[in-house]
Amino acid sequence: MLRTVVTRLAGAAVMAVLATLVIFLIANTVPGDPVLAQLGDIAASNPATVAEWRAKWGLDLPLWEQYLIFLRGLAQGDLGTSIASQRPVLEDIAQYAPATVELASIAFLLALGIGIPLGIAAAVWRDSWVDAAARVVSLIGVSSPTFWLAFIMLAIFYGGLQIAPGPGRLDPIAFPPDEVTGFFLVDTLLAGDWEGFRDAAAHLVLPSIVLAAATIGLITRTTRAAMLEAMGQDYVRVSRAKGMRERYTILRHVLPNALIPVVTLGGLAYANLLAGAVMTETVFSWPGLGRYTFRSAAALDFPAIMGITLVVSVTYLLVNLLVDLSYAMLDPRVRR
Amino acid sequence: MSTPTLEVEDLRTVFLTDAGAVRAVDGVSFTVGAGETLGIVGESGSGKSVTALSLMRLLEEPARIAGGSIRFQGRDLLAMRPEELRALRGDRMAMVFQDPMTGLNPVIRILRQLTEPMVGHGRFAAPEARRRAVGLLVRMGITAPERSILRFPHEFSGGMRQRVMLAMGFANDPALLIADEPTTALDVTIQAQILDLLRQLNAEFGTAILLISHDLSVIGSVCRRVAVMYAGEVVEEAVTEAVLADPRHPYAWALVNAVPRIDQPLGADRRLVSIEGAPPDALNLPQGCRFAPRCPFKVERCEREHPPLAEVAPGRLARCWVTQAGQVLPKAGGAGLGGVRPPPPPAAEPLLAVRGLVKHFPLPRESFFAPRRVVHAVNGIDLDVARGETLGIVGESGCGKSTLARLVTRIHAPTAGSIVFGGQEIAGASPAAIRPLRRRMQMVFQDPYASLNPRMTIGDTLAEPLVAHGLARRGVEVRDRVGGLLEMVGLNPAWVSRFPHEFSGGQRQRISIARALALEPEMIVADEPISALDVNIQAQILNLMLDLQQRMGLTYLFIAHDLAVVRHLCDRVVVLYLGKVMESAPAEALFARPLHPYTGVLISAVPEPGRQRVLLQGEPPSTLAPPRGCPFRGRCPIAQPVCETMPPLAEAEAGRWVACHFPGGFSHAGLGA
Ligand SMILES: Nc1ncnc2c1ncn2[C@@H]1O[C@H](COP(=O)(O)OP(=O)(O)OP(=O)(O)O)[C@@H](O)[C@H]1O
Ligand code: SF4
Ligand code: SF4
Ligand SMILES: [Mg+2]
Repeated sequence: MLRTVVTRLAGAAVMAVLATLVIFLIANTVPGDPVLAQLGDIAASNPATVAEWRAKWGLDLPLWEQYLIFLRGLAQGDLGTSIASQRPVLEDIAQYAPATVELASIAFLLALGIGIPLGIAAAVWRDSWVDAAARVVSLIGVSSPTFWLAFIMLAIFYGGLQIAPGPGRLDPIAFPPDEVTGFFLVDTLLAGDWEGFRDAAAHLVLPSIVLAAATIGLITRTTRAAMLEAMGQDYVRVSRAKGMRERYTILRHVLPNALIPVVTLGGLAYANLLAGAVMTETVFSWPGLGRYTFRSAAALDFPAIMGITLVVSVTYLLVNLLVDLSYAMLDPRVRR
Repeated sequence: MSTPTLEVEDLRTVFLTDAGAVRAVDGVSFTVGAGETLGIVGESGSGKSVTALSLMRLLEEPARIAGGSIRFQGRDLLAMRPEELRALRGDRMAMVFQDPMTGLNPVIRILRQLTEPMVGHGRFAAPEARRRAVGLLVRMGITAPERSILRFPHEFSGGMRQRVMLAMGFANDPALLIADEPTTALDVTIQAQILDLLRQLNAEFGTAILLISHDLSVIGSVCRRVAVMYAGEVVEEAVTEAVLADPRHPYAWALVNAVPRIDQPLGADRRLVSIEGAPPDALNLPQGCRFAPRCPFKVERCEREHPPLAEVAPGRLARCWVTQAGQVLPKAGGAGLGGVRPPPPPAAEPLLAVRGLVKHFPLPRESFFAPRRVVHAVNGIDLDVARGETLGIVGESGCGKSTLARLVTRIHAPTAGSIVFGGQEIAGASPAAIRPLRRRMQMVFQDPYASLNPRMTIGDTLAEPLVAHGLARRGVEVRDRVGGLLEMVGLNPAWVSRFPHEFSGGQRQRISIARALALEPEMIVADEPISALDVNIQAQILNLMLDLQQRMGLTYLFIAHDLAVVRHLCDRVVVLYLGKVMESAPAEALFARPLHPYTGVLISAVPEPGRQRVLLQGEPPSTLAPPRGCPFRGRCPIAQPVCETMPPLAEAEAGRWVACHFPGGFSHAGLGA
């Protein structure tokens, strides 16, 4: 088991670096010049300024050398300096990532916490009103555009009913907690700041629901299908023939088998939530990676783009590894 | 007399389908006394399993019990509340299902699956239940139960899983155990072990057993009485031996005579009794006797009036006007329906000669550093098939029978060895060089469902090889040939434009045979061609194969696990174990007096009421390790130190080849010698 993990981690590292190479090549072939984006029209018309600027950022070097410099920095844990913010990319990412991860994780828990029980109920009481309700919920979740959903939610709960706070991570006049992890829910708790915790949690409600909506639908449907499939298996009939209670049969025999496909989906879903945060963050003014990515891409900020790529692919690969490990926990057939 | 364990009266179970109510069980009555054994036999679709599920009240939508009564130890099961039923199930009445591969939950340890009914019914506390589970596994013959119990089902073989299922059935010492085809998915040797276990458990604990099977011999070796079901009704009920010896209902008569029996003398004509047609449509049952459309003995009254189940002799019930009137059904006895069996042709040049054939399958590596593991499927096989003869291949599952068939037809390429077919070496031949040979050697597979393309009409299926090999031009010529082929296998030529799903299993197997015959091959390699079929249809296919052989001089390589069938059909038999030939001999001699110990135990495992049996313990060793010494020595009852060296396949008697240091050294009462 341990060896599998180590092998997989090594593989993940190689994959992540390969991903940066791909992004590096793509970024350098897209039309557009960071010079224009950064210096503005007037400065960019002065060849000397441009040359000096290019030399400063190493953009005058051959492509392979630029990439080599990136790799050398990477080996030392240095992702370079952002052209736009003039700060180390790692620092930028460390500043923006926690907001996104916090939002995506809450959305993920929400999706699992609603989707799985709803899927179970829909399968157990198949063709009843529960099933119908679950179908409506997943249909709405899967088919509403995030952007639209976000505005509607804001309009109703913040603008109309005024029971939800507005955009942002905290009340505009509140002070952010001392940074330990960057996750406000955790940091406020660590500081013993109940007010702050409540505020942070309240601000998470709408964006995480919006972000999770599609995933809730997917997980509900997958759980329902997997449950129905497992309920048709022979061992379920055997459990009934043994005189086990129906509740026991569903929870102990059907559910563990049905969760196996749900875990696969869950891994993919988490990666998608991270990526999907861009839209939600924009509407809710959420100072996260999504917005950082958007800005860096617009500015053709190569070091930042590479850094984000690296972070996203590492996260994706780690989540995949976690999925495989939980597979092994759920399904003894893949255990070694 | 005490209250019977189970009394079923006029049980009716229907499936409420869109097309109407399907009467799956239609007025079934029987009684099982305390500690008694009753078998239920019938072809697929006759209502056996639905009866069993009705008794357990485990029916699922859209099935309903529409009438009758079920009393268990005097209590009315149909009047019970769900909670009362649940308390009975798995406690006083238990059920074991057919497929041990799917009946165990793959993600739960054997231990919990075994103990949950004990704990759930409040009979034992957890530690006690665990001790009892270990004890039960010991009782079921599972080695190292303390360790096995912590494993997951996928780590067990089919036979071991069925033992676990039985252990689960006996967990709370039930008064009644219902076993639905518990051995159908298993090898003969393992089947013998399981049946033996059932008998012992019945004798020891006094558990009443209701055993369901399509195989009368299986029932005969466990159950004292049997009920024969046809189209949802019991058509005969009596002591099993009496039914086997002298059936009183024409359907039971057909069942008994459709299967060759391993103890019967072989006649000159090997044709078996087979009844044409199929069971009636349960939506549209005949108004008179349900068997009348297929019955060879019917009289005028049969189609008009529905016969009751009535006594035809003391203790014997039959649902038949003719036998109720005292008429006796003829003895068919497997032999002598006229005609003469041609003697096997003189051994000239064999049509197929195999020498030193080896096939290894390397498995994919489990990880980059792990050593590559290799399945040793076939480990040096020599055999000859003479022109016009039928060579049978037998052995337990995994012994390499199918691999051998795929090698001689060159679906697989051998790892080593030579295959000479019609004088031509084909072991290393290129696909292009083999193509013309495909015409001369055809294969028929086990599963007639999987081997026909569902989207092609059978006319197209049969025309395809003809056109591909340029044997007939498209149009009238092909159509004539296809019509002729269908007629040859006993199908209506007007059916050319039908699709496979419109045919029954037996008809589909006929189509596969017709497809194999299309190219007028000299040899047909048939891998378990009848094992997926009901006994009556098996008889039809076997008769067809015999006919075709006589008419066309075909040579067969016939692979089967049913030894009685092999004895009946084959001229010579080769016994395989772990990819090696153990014994090769003329069929009659081999069955009368096996010389290899493995052949001996294999034959003795065949279920047949009243036979002495040598139980072969354990299962074949893994094919992952190459066999060293005699491959059978781990299970051989007469193994000696010398068996550490591999005995050569040597001619022990004229025409009989045996790979054993002590040929004929293992003899046993009832096995001849
Ligand atoms: N393609 C393959 N790859 C790996 N192993 C294989 C392959 N085909 C067959 N085997 C293995 O070879 C051995 C012999 O298989 P084979 O199918 O010939 O057995 P069999 O006697 O026909 O069994 P059964 O009666 O169950 O059909 C088995 O251990 C099987 O698992
Ligand atoms: S009642 Fe008539 S048709 Fe029915 S089984 Fe007897 S003889 Fe045949
Ligand atoms: S060689 Fe030895 S172990 Fe093998 S079958 Fe003969 S007696 Fe048994
Ligand atoms: Mg096979």
